[in-house]
Parts: sequence; structure tokens; C-alpha cells
Amino acid sequence: MAARDQHGPGAPWPEEGAPELAATNRSSAEGFRAVGQSMRKLEGLDKATGAAVYADDIKLPGMLHAKTLRSPHCHARIVRIDASKALALSGVHAVITGADLPTKYGVIPWTQDEHALALDKVRFIGDEVAAVAAIDEDTANAALKLIEVEYELLGAWLDPAESRQNQLTDERPAIHEGHKHGNISKRVELEFGDVEAAFEAADVVLENDFYFHSSTHAAIEPHCAVARESADGLLTLWSSTQITHYVQREVSRVLGVPQSRLRVIQPNLGGAFGGKSDPFSLEFVVCKLAQLTGRPVKMLWTREEVFYAHRGRHAMNMRYKSGVTKDGKLTGVSADILIDGGSYSSFGLVTTYYSGQLLTGPYDFPAYRFDSTRVFTNKPPCGPKRGHGSVQPRFAFEVQLDELSEAIGMDPIDLRRVNDVGEHTETVNGQRVTSNGFAACLDAVEEQSAWKERRGKLPAGHGLGVAGSMYISGTNYPIYPNDMPQAGIQLKVDRSGLVTAFTGGNDIGQGSSSVVRTVICEELGVDSADVRVVAADTDLCPVDLGAYSSRVTFMVGNATIDACRNLRKLICRGVAEEWGIDPSRVFLGRGEVFDTENRGNPKRNITTRRAFEIAEARCDTLGSTGSYNTPKLGGDYRGGSIGASPAYSFTAHVVEVLVDERTGMITVPNVWVAHDCGRALNPMLVAGQMEGSAYMGIVEALFEDHKVNRFGLHAGPSLLDYPLATSVDCPDLHALIVESIDPEGPYGAKEAGEGPLHPALPALSNAIFDAVGIRLRKLPFTPGKVLAALDEKRAREAASAEEAPSC
Amino acid sequence: MLRLPTFELHKPTTVAAALEAAAASGPATRFVAGGTDLLPNLKHEMIEADHLVSLAGIESLRGIRLDGDDLVIGPMTSLTDVASSELVQERAPALAQAAGVVAGPQHRNQGTLGGNVMLDTRCQWINQSYFWRSALGFCLKKDGTECHVIEGGKRCVAAVSNDSIAPLYTVGAKLVFQSLATPEMIAAGAPEGVQTRPVPVDALFKADGAYNKKVGLQELLTEIRIPALPAGHRGSYQKLRLRGSIDFPQLGIAARLDLDEAGVIVHADVVAIVVAARPVRVKKAPDQLVGQTPGTPGFEAALAELCDLATRSVKALPNIPGDTEWRQRMVPVLIEDAIRACV
Repeated sequence: MAARDQHGPGAPWPEEGAPELAATNRSSAEGFRAVGQSMRKLEGLDKATGAAVYADDIKLPGMLHAKTLRSPHCHARIVRIDASKALALSGVHAVITGADLPTKYGVIPWTQDEHALALDKVRFIGDEVAAVAAIDEDTANAALKLIEVEYELLGAWLDPAESRQNQLTDERPAIHEGHKHGNISKRVELEFGDVEAAFEAADVVLENDFYFHSSTHAAIEPHCAVARESADGLLTLWSSTQITHYVQREVSRVLGVPQSRLRVIQPNLGGAFGGKSDPFSLEFVVCKLAQLTGRPVKMLWTREEVFYAHRGRHAMNMRYKSGVTKDGKLTGVSADILIDGGSYSSFGLVTTYYSGQLLTGPYDFPAYRFDSTRVFTNKPPCGPKRGHGSVQPRFAFEVQLDELSEAIGMDPIDLRRVNDVGEHTETVNGQRVTSNGFAACLDAVEEQSAWKERRGKLPAGHGLGVAGSMYISGTNYPIYPNDMPQAGIQLKVDRSGLVTAFTGGNDIGQGSSSVVRTVICEELGVDSADVRVVAADTDLCPVDLGAYSSRVTFMVGNATIDACRNLRKLICRGVAEEWGIDPSRVFLGRGEVFDTENRGNPKRNITTRRAFEIAEARCDTLGSTGSYNTPKLGGDYRGGSIGASPAYSFTAHVVEVLVDERTGMITVPNVWVAHDCGRALNPMLVAGQMEGSAYMGIVEALFEDHKVNRFGLHAGPSLLDYPLATSVDCPDLHALIVESIDPEGPYGAKEAGEGPLHPALPALSNAIFDAVGIRLRKLPFTPGKVLAALDEKRAREAASAEEAPSC
Repeated sequence: MLRLPTFELHKPTTVAAALEAAAASGPATRFVAGGTDLLPNLKHEMIEADHLVSLAGIESLRGIRLDGDDLVIGPMTSLTDVASSELVQERAPALAQAAGVVAGPQHRNQGTLGGNVMLDTRCQWINQSYFWRSALGFCLKKDGTECHVIEGGKRCVAAVSNDSIAPLYTVGAKLVFQSLATPEMIAAGAPEGVQTRPVPVDALFKADGAYNKKVGLQELLTEIRIPALPAGHRGSYQKLRLRGSIDFPQLGIAARLDLDEAGVIVHADVVAIVVAARPVRVKKAPDQLVGQTPGTPGFEAALAELCDLATRSVKALPNIPGDTEWRQRMVPVLIEDAIRACV
């Protein structure tokens, strides 16, 4: 049975005498040896020295290179494809089209609407139409130009508001013809409590429109996949994915290959951020081409192709209405959200729920309603990007909170304190909150930013802003319904002293394999050099659902503790037999094994390696498994389990900003990020995630814009036209770790990879208000928008000065 | 990664050999300096070249020296070297500043001053892959007949985007080009062999973004000559870009003021780039500023007037990516900054 919360958050073998370590850190004080230590990432040196092997580094004998022909039209029917000239080109081994892979797929089983290659229709510029395998990339590219495709052009849907109106005509058929709701991808309406009464009870009610633009992940490694079929028909796929297990399921289904004959391996990954959490066309295509040609086949996407694959942050038009009493208590919140989904469903069903369901903390409000509609448009498909579905509503709501605090004359941090939902409680939509360190997060950013001394008192053009947020540590909703563990792990130990872990967890640079190592070091008392982690190889590793929804530390961490304790029982039993004592007397940790009731006996004080030998001799070959599954969670209503998490993380940011009123340009000198991660298993990695998140949020607000132009073309699918902040543009990031010690997390740990992004954008907007008195409710914050808002403000001030009585 | 098309690479070690290689290889030949502009353009199939003549092995094209009164910069001198040269900083400060803000540090180590002078024009509708441009239906600059910047436009308005050009205008630089006499030229009486042609920098450009230079592709830039400037020479280059590094300019303004011993402005010049296919000189600059003394109310009034007037002649077009309205609004701001940086 999967062990969820039977371990408790404490150290495995707390020992007397530990308090002398209190000065170094809290974890040491509580008897931890490895937990709380800043250990270098497992693959850190390999990556830093260039030795790490990524998917594109894989070169196999006889390997072919594949390329994709993409649609130059944003909405069209495919009338005819003729690949005969391409096939005739010397060096071309195979050309495939939609008919070769006709089965639909999609990461969410209820909304499968994608084809590896378009079957009858193309839905955005860049949609995949055909693929070629050839002896080298140049030959494959040349062959693409020889494929003739005849299209019948259809009217394009580029405006999400038009898609929502859903007035389908013959000239402009629905993007997914036959879809039950036309161009409406998903609509969720939920109401908790009486919202209208809540607004009646409020002293101040504000209602405003907000806009969040689309942005993309821009992982430095472009997607790449390599497939090989062995002579006996075993298929191996190496792919830059963050969801090995779902890729295995979908490729198996579409190709008709049993899962037992398809091995999926994730090599080192150069970033993902949610952009590698769908099954992608290239994975199906290289497998099919490998089968057809009998040769290994590789496909590496160009940066431009990565922009078309997208699955980035959804653009959202949001209207928020919130009420507050004059002493700062929120009475109710209402939200209407239009979500531009692009051309396919991807995770859109979940996005639509998340856009409403994840707003109900860290603040308590007794009434809440939301109406979220995701629509299809003829643009690159949107999906999950770091902070999936909840970064946009969080932006709108946290700016509105700032406006409410201004309206009632309350400090914005105090307003947030007044409404703190607290720990061990339930939100208005029925989500169970356990540990909660939000108040400590607010305290930390308030103090470190010198908020009380500086906010509202800085010179013109210089300001501070605050925002808060809450995020999930995984959800109890597996993407396909099943009762099996969400995380499984296997350990192998032998006389060499080495402990090897086999985990399905995808290390995408966030450090999940390093978390496994820390847990093993803690539980078995071995040195970090004596731990190997084999990850994300479906032939070798037990199933794990993948790196998404910030589930890995919580779920894989708990599974690892489970496996370690099973293994420890075995080893202690062997040693106890050898010494003729009860197993409960055997201490195993910190590299030593001894009899707790006879510590002075040198024969009963041995190394861990010696203990492994004794146990291997007495208990046979050593190994264990462990797993994790969530408890039943969530509100008792349709969709109530989506967004229900075994634990929530909490974050507060204070952003410092400088606004140049002549140019409209914004500089962010400092961001203070306080994040409640439960317990920091590896503080260096936690701080890294916090810094990376804050950076990503600020950059999204200032520079990035995934724009589709009037032709339906991505406005600039390159890292020149889509600017990411360079080191000279990056704020100083101050990571302030808050530890609330969650009762169910591994040693009390929760997520740290996505939550810390959320407050960056609203805190920036709120800081701009403090600096120059303008409210920016529409992202991104370009200099032009700043200047326009300043003009508006001056005009307003001039008008009110004229109206003012002269005396 | 986008693939480079195949081409034959020539690696001459003298200018004469480079010119001969270019002449022998026919019209689809390009000289390649640092390659930071040319190679991406080749990958995007904006340029078709069967032959590339690398200039990397020609030592005589590298270096910064004085030749009489002239400061001479070899076109193969890296932008990093130009930016950090004390000679350049002293004699043409605006040029040193401009060279120091081209793209990012790696680009400046690889990219050259000559390459920047000869940079192709840029536009949001052209600096994209072949696939992207085919989905658009191409444009006037290459493979197409329509302009997407100006509806119905018949002449390409891709923007001159070389940071170094604006300061070179203000210091009155001369560009020396060399080429091999063609049979037609010889028939018309020219001597055989290498021809040398100095071109004043403000005569280099024409108002056609498709190819905005009045020199041929077979002509090789061999020297950038900057005449001696008066002791009271001041110069500044201001670049508009969103990020602090890497980006091409969204607007560039170079200013020059020469002050006499009494501190009175005796020469003034302001040049804008990235508004059209060729640099735009603000002709009102000398009228407004010459005779003024910085720090006086008269100077302040003249500067304000100049900034205001300049917005009438310096007009940003929606050619490059970014917010055109903002770029336009920044014209007087950057001019003011550039002038103030000089005084």
C-alpha cells in the first residue's frame, strides 16, 4: 500500500546531543544529517563542464535525421499531399504524413485532439504536416521543399472574444469541427457562498479589467528525440521530456506498440518549465520513422519550431470584482476570465479549472465565484508554464488587493495579514490547507526590504510593492484515473557500499534526483558519493507521473523515505541476527551502525558498508521499493479534486522599482522572495528555484511577449525578437526561505519550483504605483504603456486641478 | 538549429587576392568579416551566396593607426578593440561609445567595425526564416512584391541599424573601397587592377532598404578614415533598446558639438538611425545650436526648440519590431541626452 503520511516530518533517528548543532541550522538541530545541507546537484559538474549528455548528443550508428514540414496557413483543409518528388531525392529514406499516424492523442485523456501530423486540417502556422527521414539534415530539409501540399484556405479565428461568441459560419468553420461546443474548449462556472450578499456587506467594492499576455518557456535546450528499433522489435525513445510515463502511454497507443515493448528514456534536460510536459509530434514521428526505415532516427527542433510548439502561458482577459470592509476583511471575490487557448486542448481542461480553483488562498474570503472560458484560436497551442493557470489570476487579484488597501487607507502588507487563511483549515472551495507559513513570508519581506521605513516615502520614480500567493505541491488528480501509486521508487544495495535508486521522477534541472540522494543519505546514513540515482527510464524505473504540478519533492521524496525505511528494516534485521539482539536496538545512520544498548562494544560498532555485507549474507540480495499516493482530497463537487493538493506552499514578494518618467523604462534593482517550502531539504536548490522563479516572473512582465501578428504568424520566433533578460537586466534576487514543516511532506517539505514565481508580476505593478502613481493592469509593462499611463494621470490631475475651487 | 546553406569558402591573405576571388566567383559572392550579420542572413535564406570570401586572414585590414592627421581604422578591427581604443575614444568618442554598445560582448569580440558599417538593413518582416517568410507571402526586400510596413509601398523601408554609422556621419568619416577594374571599366579607359575609391560616409547610403548602399558587392571596404577634429570636439551616441545588451537599436542618435576656447558652439551635428533605410541628419541642428554657449538660457531654449523640430524630420516607421509610437516619442529624449552628454 502506498504510504502517504506515516513517516512524520522528523529526522529518522534523532539523537540526543544534537542541540549543539543548533547554531549551524535548524535541520541539524533537529537531528538531521543530510537534510538541510546545501549539496551540489548530482549532475551539476557534468553540466557545468559540458560533459552532460543531452538528447541531441546521442549519435547512433546509421542514424538518420528527420525534419518536419509545417503549415504556412493558420486555418486550412489539406486537399492533397504529394511526397513522390521528396521520396525520389537521393538520401531520403522515408516520408510520412498524417495518414501514417491517424490516432488522436493529447495529454488529458478526455480532450485528445492532436495528430502527430495533420490528418485533414491545419490549425495554426507551424502545425505539423509531414516528416522526412534522410541521411543528413540538409537532405531532409531539401526534401521538405519537394513535398507538394494543396490547401483549401479557411477563415481564421485570431480573436478569442470572437471565438467565444462562437458564431460558426460556412466561411469560417470551427477550429475543431465536430467539437461539442464549437470553438469553446472548456468552460467552468463555480460559486461558493453568496457573492452578491458579500458585495452588499463590503465598504468598498472594486471592479476592473486585467490582461495577461502569453509568454513561452524558452528553455535553452530545444526539443529533441531519438528513436531506435532493435532487430527483435523493441523500440527505444530518448526524448527531452518531463513526462516519460505519459509519453510512453501515448506513443504506445498511437503506434500500436505495447508499453512493454517501448522504452522511453529522458537524458539530461536543458530546461523545461512546463514546455516539455505534453507528448509532442516529434516523439511519435521519430518512432514511426525508425520502424519504417529500420534505422535510428533523430529529430532536433529549431528554436523557431519550439516557439510553434509553444504550450506556454495562456493569454487571459480577466474581470475581477472584490469587496472589503473598512477594517480590511475581504468579503467576496468574483472573476470572469476569457482564456486564449490557441489551437489544441493540451492541458486546457486543467488550466481552466486552475484559473479559478487556485485563487482561494493565502487569503480567506467567505464568498467566491468564477466563470472561466477557454477558447480555441488559430495560434500556437497554449499549455502549462511554471505556475500553470494561476499566475494570471494571481496577477489580477493581487493588484486589486493593492487598490483595495489604498481605498481603505491600510498598508498593503497589513491587508494581507488580516486576510491570512491560516494553517490547518479549509478554503472557501473546499481545499484542505495544512501547514502555512504565509505570515512569516510577509514578515520576512517586510523586514528585509525595509518596507516600513521606505514604502510610500521614496523619491518620485522609486517604489516598493508587495504581493502574495499560494501554490500546490502536486495534486491528487492523476491525469488518467487509476488507483496505482503516483510515485514509485526502487532501491538496490550491495556489498560495495553503493546505494542505487531507480526513480521514474524526471529531473528537469530542478534537482529531483538530488532530492532522492539527500533522502537516501539521511535515511541510510551513507555518504553522498555512495549514492547513484537512475531516473526517468521506463525499462529500469518504477512508474512516476513526471515533473509537473510541483509534485516531485513531495511525492518522490515521500516514496524515497518509504523505500529507505523498508530497506533499513532488512539491514537492521540482518545485523540484529548477527549480534543476537532485537532489531530495535540497531542504530543505522551517519555512516555508523551500533547497538544502542551497548555502544561501548567495538564489535557492535561497524560501518554502514559492513552492515550491508552482513545483511546481504543473512537476508539475501538487498533491495526495496517505496511509493506515494495522495489521500482523498478536494471539495465534493464536479472538479473539486482539481487543484486539491496534499500541501500548499506560500510566497510573498517585495519588488523594488525605478521608473524613468522620460522614457517609461522600468528597472528592478531588488526582489525579496520569501517562500514557505515546508522544509528546505537542500537550501541551495530551494534558493535557486526561488531566484529562477522571481527572475522568470519579472522578465515576463518587462520583456517577453508571445505575440501572433495579423497574419496569424508568430511575431518573432527567435531569441532575438523574443527577449529574455540578460545578466545585466537581472534584479538582485534575495531568497528568504521560510520553513513551516508540513505534517505530510517528506521531513515536512513542500514545493519550491513554481509558487515563488506568482507574486513577482503583481508586486512589480504595485511597486510602479508606489513609484509614479499609475496602475498597470495590462501586461506586459512596456515603456510605451508606462508613458501612456503617465499622460493619463497628468491629464486627470490637470482636470481635477481645474475643477478645484480657487481660494 | 537552422542549417547554413552550402557555399565555397575562400581564404585570401591579401586584399588583391580577395578581390580576385570575388571577381572570379561571380555575382553570388559575399565578403565575410565577423559573420555575425551575414551568417544568420544566410541561414534565413535572405541572401544567396555560393561563395564566401573570408577577410579574416588579411592582416592589413586590421588595426587602428594615425596616418598624418587622419585616424585610420582597419575594417577588420573588432568592435571590442574599437570601443576600448584610447585613440578612438579621444578622437571620435561617439564612435567608441557606439562600438561598445553593438549587440553583446561576444558579438563585439567577433564582429568588426567594417562589418557593422556594411550591415544589412533590418525589418520585422525580413529577418526571419525562409519558412516564416513563405507563410507571410514574402516582402519587397526579398522574394516578394508587397511591403508590409507601408501598405502599397513600392520601395523597401527596412531600417539602417548599424550603430557605428551615426557617429561616423558626425565625424565626417571617409570610407575607402577597393575593387578590381571590370572589363567594362577597362574598356572605358580605367587602368587594370585594383581601383581605389574614397566615399564620404554620408554619400554611402540610398533610400532603398532592399540594398541601401551605393557601392557594389564586389567593392571591398579597406579603410575607415576619420579626419582630425578640433580640440573642442565632443561627441555622444545614444542607443534605444529594451535590454541592456544584445539588442539591435530601436533608435540611435549621434551628436557632435565643437566648442571654441570660449565655450561657444562652433559646429553642431545630429544624426538619427533606425528610422528609415538611410541615416537621417537633423538639418536644423547647426541653425539652432551654433553660437550658443552650453549652460546659458539661450542654449537651453535652442536645445528645446531643436528637440521639438527634430520630431518633424525624424519619423519612426513600423519597420523593426517594437513599439513605433514609443520610438517616435524617444526621438527628442535621445537627442537631448546626446547633446547634454557632449557638454
